[in-house]
This record gives sequence, structure tokens and C-alpha cells, in this order.
Amino acid sequence: MAYRQVKFYQTGSFAVGGRLLDTPERTVQSGMSRTNALTLGHRACQGCGEALGARYVLDAAMHATGNKVIAANATGCLEVFTTPYPETSWQVPWLHSVFGNAAAVGSGIAAALRAKGQTDIRVVAQAGDGGTVDIGIGCLSGMFERNDDVLFVCYDNEAYMNTGVQRSGSTPPAARTATTEAVGEEPGNPWGQGKDMPRIAMAHEIPYVATATVAELHDLEYKVEKAMEYRGARYIHILVPCPLGWGSEPADTIRLARLAKETGIFPVFEAEKGEVVATSKIRSKVPVEDYLSLQRRYAHLFKPARRDDVIDAIQDSADRNIRRFGLLGEA
Amino acid sequence: MMERPFAITLEVGTSRANKTGGWRTQRPVYVDRLPPCNDACPAGENIQGWLYRAEEGDYEGAWRVSMEDNPMPAVMGRVCYHNCETACNRANLDEAVGINAVERFLGDRALTGGWRVEVEQPDLAGRVLVIGAGPSGLSAAYHLRRRGHEVTIYEASTASGGMMRFGIPAYRLPRNVLDGEIQRIVDMGVGIELGHKVCDLMVEMEGGGYDAVYLATGAEIARNAYIPAGDSARILDALSLLRTTAGMTYPQLGRSVVVYGGGNTAMDAARTAKRLGASEAIVVYRRTRDRMPAHDLEVEEALEEGIKMRWLSTIKKAGAEKLLLEKMELDAAGFPQPTGEFEELEADSVVLAVGEEADLSLLQNVPGLDMSGGMVHVDSTMMTSYPGLFAGGDISQAERTVTAAIGNGKKAARHIDLWLKSGGMWARLPGAPSKEEHQPAPAGERHRIAGWGDLNTWYYSDAPATVRPKLDMVRRQSTFDEVVLGLDEDNALFEARRCLSCGNCFECDNCYGVCPDNAVVKLGTGMRYEFDYDYCKGCGICAAECPCGAIEMVLEET
Repeated sequence: MAYRQVKFYQTGSFAVGGRLLDTPERTVQSGMSRTNALTLGHRACQGCGEALGARYVLDAAMHATGNKVIAANATGCLEVFTTPYPETSWQVPWLHSVFGNAAAVGSGIAAALRAKGQTDIRVVAQAGDGGTVDIGIGCLSGMFERNDDVLFVCYDNEAYMNTGVQRSGSTPPAARTATTEAVGEEPGNPWGQGKDMPRIAMAHEIPYVATATVAELHDLEYKVEKAMEYRGARYIHILVPCPLGWGSEPADTIRLARLAKETGIFPVFEAEKGEVVATSKIRSKVPVEDYLSLQRRYAHLFKPARRDDVIDAIQDSADRNIRRFGLLGEA
Repeated sequence: MMERPFAITLEVGTSRANKTGGWRTQRPVYVDRLPPCNDACPAGENIQGWLYRAEEGDYEGAWRVSMEDNPMPAVMGRVCYHNCETACNRANLDEAVGINAVERFLGDRALTGGWRVEVEQPDLAGRVLVIGAGPSGLSAAYHLRRRGHEVTIYEASTASGGMMRFGIPAYRLPRNVLDGEIQRIVDMGVGIELGHKVCDLMVEMEGGGYDAVYLATGAEIARNAYIPAGDSARILDALSLLRTTAGMTYPQLGRSVVVYGGGNTAMDAARTAKRLGASEAIVVYRRTRDRMPAHDLEVEEALEEGIKMRWLSTIKKAGAEKLLLEKMELDAAGFPQPTGEFEELEADSVVLAVGEEADLSLLQNVPGLDMSGGMVHVDSTMMTSYPGLFAGGDISQAERTVTAAIGNGKKAARHIDLWLKSGGMWARLPGAPSKEEHQPAPAGERHRIAGWGDLNTWYYSDAPATVRPKLDMVRRQSTFDEVVLGLDEDNALFEARRCLSCGNCFECDNCYGVCPDNAVVKLGTGMRYEFDYDYCKGCGICAAECPCGAIEMVLEET
């Protein structure tokens, strides 16, 4: 892991804070004065990973910049559950864009700030996986190519959850969604489709690309704060489990994010200018089944008949991630 | 209409108006569960409580928490068989927390630092007589004195400490440590009359003007096993061996010594014999190792020191330099049965360690006292059937360890205090309440135990136990220096921080951080957290991610 692990404490670097840690070793989230960019009363489902991820990211960005942050937000769950008229849950300057152009709006804000000479104010553009890998990919690719001074954050819950769980370019193979039903020879989302957005971002050779999950807060905050040290286009892709769309228990949100990393299904790494510079090692490897069996979107892999062929194929792709990013070994 | 910025047509409010708590079907609540170490401690120590302080480096604070229950942490940190570590949940993760070692570290710090305990000044103090200055008597005296009562201990021997001095060898418990911890109790104002043997309890009770008596004379008579022996056979009992060794006059045992018995005393006797120069010390026991009453730890250390064991054997006859052993076998019920097979074993002396008994002769004139099986019977308040006479330690219970005795003393002190305060001062007040009128305080409700399944162990870092450095084998075998060395400050802190804090919040901020709805309020250091039920949706992430199981989800009513 790229951030320094604190050894020999009761809870090491895994818990949010802890009275035994020196203050700089604690997370922004552990502080009583955290900004709560996303505040009480939002209408996200119980156990929403995205609500958690957005607060983590924006609080860390605000912490890194002395609260000088403007956020642009694509249409999607995050927009819908935070801003039903006449309420807002945002405690940060926040703009709602259309579904596909959060990156362009972010670029525009950055340009306006540059024109006004207010480059101390930083821009975060955020979207779900639909607004990032499908509808918004054109604007985002342009933002990357122009190296606009925007941090773009994708909260990836692997489908269009807000409109009723339709498949996106980020939906994993074999997962059931409303548009990829669990029927036929190859039930669920077909294999060989979809987009690996962090690697697409890396191909643009922008200054900084990172992935994270809501399960490892120290790592996530470290990456957001590091991203705020760069000028130019930056991209962070965060896995945010969705109890509604994944068919999981609300209480399992963080557990699932943790399992996604520990199985190798979701590699956690950092890249600079297209080159992987650090990976978050798997602490204790577990089979993909541990992750899949907690989610009803994969229920058809276990009953009525167990589909070992599909489970094995998912295991193979997790193992490929482990090889590709070197996820095993000493942290 | 209110002035609004350009292009803003709608008035905006905060989502705080939306009380999402109404969605909830279950709610998280903070709980304190009973850590398994605390549950297992015969002295009822709040182990998790003092480790919590020690983790912060507040050693004096930690020691004070320990002293709430146990007046002798430095002694217990050496001689306790630490049931707490056997129960410790961390054993499932890597190794149990070295609780005993940390306790010893705290106890030694207190002796070096001269830390003292405050004595309360109550409006009404009782006068209590304690008989026996062993662990149980000293513990009761300490706890009673702390509550402000006047306490006098009569001790038959010429030194206090009981079995801690005369039963436990110096290599396990250095005498300066024992003396230091006893002196601290004496300095609180506890009077100890050494050499005061009580022959008739009724006489002492009636003559001394005491309000209550705690009987803690222990079990110091060595049980005998009949062995036909020739004139030249040298047979002695383990207790007198240990007793004379404690006085530093070393008995002549010869080259090969056989110890008969399988308890902790047998182990101590064999290890002592080895230190006294025996080239061979052999334990003869009639059953197998797994049926030995001796604590595993002591058997291990004895074997390490080269003590040999003869399982399934009894001594039939003792002659000069030779013993006749009969082989035994266990029957279906696990009882040893003779086989008729014999063998000889060389032995210059035989040490009998076949158990200890209590001397009950001082109780002969106490009317209506419930005694049988060599023990005095007490009720749940530690009181005997004679009002105002309490008893504890080896005289009244089967678990004969220092820790259990200290726990007994504490419990008795609590009940004696209540008895005195509820008017049970029978010596001064002729119309004292009878035993039936004496209402013991109801025991506090026990929390549910925090089991392994209550923990989310992902959050704990991996860390091996700090292994206590041991004196090298040669040195250990030839002297009475302490065998197990202590922790220094660095590894004591490290060891304390390995505590998982099972079932008790240790303020890791997880619940505060992982709530997607910001519905956990952090109250500040030492004050923990509270839930904001106006907004908590009841997702349960906080409970799932609490490392120590201090959050429980309960169903909402209706």
C-alpha cells in the first residue's frame, strides 16, 4: 500500500481513527471538525456505498485545499438522492450538470477560475459509472486529452441504479441486471464486453490515476489528497457497493468492498502518466465465491444449479488482475 | 418575495428537514459486553479496563484499575495461572494477549514507584478480625481497610504470605516482591499479629470486640499416603520441603529424589529438589498426564528443566535407596487400577505431594457451624452458618490457587462491608440481625460475553506475542533466581496494545466514519459516540464494522 501503514497498534491502519494514533495518522473522517460535504437527511438507500464515497472524497478534497472546492455532479443517484427540490444535502459549492457532461462542466469551471485568476479554488467533477464510462466518456476523454485542471471521480456501483438497475459498461460479467436477466446459456451480463475505465484513463497518460474502495478509508483519503497536489487532469475510480442493485445486505456494503479487493476482482492501485506506481496488496486472499455469494445479482451461479464454469471464469479474471497488478506479496 | 441571486428562482433548503430516521426498522445501540478475560478471572479483575489504560501508557492509571480488585498485581503477575489468557479471543487471531506479563510489569512499576492506595474515611467503621495472612486474608484485609474499616490479622506463622511464602518457591515468586506488596497493605493501616495462633475461634471472637471475622486459614496440612517403608527410607512431605526451603535452610535430599503426586505442589517440589542439587527428580503419578491436576504451564516448565515423569505408577514400598513401584492402568471410568506388575526405582528420598487439608480444630466450639468433607461451607455472601463469621480461600473452596483466594477475599470483603453497614455488628450490638434478616445486596447484572463471533477482526493488525525472555536452562536449574523475566516498557506497551478490547468501545472512530448518513455523533476523547436517531436509517454498517462488537442492532418496536 502506498500510504504508510502504522504497525503494532490495536487497529493498525484499517480503522477510521483511534485514540492511540497521532492526529496526522488519523483519517479526515475521524475528525470532529470534518466538513460533511454531504450532510444529514439525504435520501440514499440504507447502506449506500456511494453516499459514503462522496462524503469521503469531498471531505478529503476540502481538507487538502482549505475548503476551496467546487463540485460538478453528473445526473445519477448521487444527484437524485441529494437534491430533491427544495432540499440540498451539499455543504460545498455544487453544480448539477446533465448526465453526460460533468467532465466538460468541470473543465469549464476550471477555465473560468483560471480566467479570474482564482486558481487556488479547485474543481472536482463526479459521476456514477453510467455518467463516466458510457454517457460521459466523450467529455471525459476530452478533459483528459486537454489535461484540464480537474479531479474527476467515478463512483462505480456497476449499473444504472437510479433508473432501476440497468446494465452499464461497468457491469461485471455474469451479473444480473434489469437488462441482462439471468436466463439462457450465459446468464446475466455477457462476457467480453464492458470497459475498464481506470486503464482507459491511464492510456491518456494523465498525471494521476488511482482506484480505491470505500473499505479502506486511509488509502482513499491518501489518494484524494495526493490528487489535489497535482495540476492537470486526474482520475479516481472508487468501487461503491449498492445494496439495491447488487442485492446485498445494507450492513455488508463495506464488507463487499473489502472482499472485492481481497479477491482480486477490484485491483486497487495508483498510476502516474500511464504507469502503475503502487498497488494495494491483498492482505489475505479469498476465493471469489466469498464475494459473489453475498449478492443476489449472482444468485443464479449457485442455484438452482451451481455454475462452476462461470464461477471459475470469474476466478480466472480475478487471478489475472492479481498477476497484472502484482496484488500478492508484502505490503 | 426574498431577494435571490441571478437566475435562482427557487428557495433552497437543507436536506436536514428530511428526518430519514423514520425509515428504520432496526436501530443500532452501543453496548458494553463482558470481555472473556474478565469473565474467566477468578479474582474478578477488570482486565480489559486496565489494559485500556496501559495501552495509552498510563501505567499508574492501569495499576489503579487493577488494584480495585487485586491488591497484589506483582505477585499475581508471577504466580497466576492466567485463565484470562486461555479465554482471550486474540488466541483465535494469533496468540493470546500476554495479560499476566503486563500485570507483572504494572505491579513492578508500582513497587518501584512506591504507588499507594487511598483509604476511605467512612462515618461508621467496623472492626474486623481476619485469621490467616495468606492471599485470601490479605486480600480481604486490603479491601476492608480501603473501605475504611479497622482490620487486624492474626497469623500463626512468623511471617505473612501463607502459601505464597511457604508453598511457592522463590524462583516463581521472589520474596522482595511478596514483601513489598504485603508491606503496602500494612502501610494502609492493617495490623498483622505474627505468631498469633488461633486455637479456639469462639474465645478470640468473644474477647476481641470484633464486628465480623474472616476465616482464611488455608489448607496447610499435608495429606499422607501410607507407604510401607524400611527404617532407612527417607520420606518427607512436599509442604515441609517447600517451607524449609523458603526459610533458606536446605534439607539434604540426596542424589535422586522421587516426588509422589501430580498436582502443582508436586511440580514445585520436584523443581525445588532439582535446584537443591538432585541429579534426578522424578515425579511418580498414578494416572496419565492429561489427568494431572497440575497446571499445564508448570508441567511444561518442569519438563523443560529435566524433571522426569513416571505415569501410571504407585509406590508400593520404600526401602533404602530403592522404591518398589506398581504399574497401573486406567479402567473405563478413568480410575487407576493395579496391574500386579512391579518395578524398582532408585531413590534417595521420597517427597509426598498428595494434597493438602485444612486444619479445622479452631472451629470446634463455634455452635452450629456447617462443615463437612474437610471444608467450611459458606453461602453466596461467603458467610458461614454462624452470623458474622465469613470464610474463604482454601478452607472453603476446591479451587486452591492464589488467584481464587484473592478473589474470595475481595468478595468476602464486599459482603462483610455490606453486613456491617446493614447493622450486622454482633459483637457491639446485642440485638444484631439474624442471618435471615441480613439482606445481601443483589449481584449486579452481568453483561453478555463478547465472543469471537462478535468481533470484526479485519481491523486488528497482526502482531505476535512478546515472548518473555527466559533465563537459560542451566542457570534456572541451579539457583532460585526468578525463571520468567519481565517485560520492559516498550514490549509492555506493545503487549497491552494487542488487546482487542472485546465488547467495549475503544474509540477507533469506525462507526463515526462508516455511517453513510452521518448519523453517528462523536462526543470527544473518552466520551465515545451517540446515534442521531432522527437520521439513522438502520443500515447496520456501524455494527458490522465495529471491531470489538460494541454495537448491537435491535428491532424497532411496531
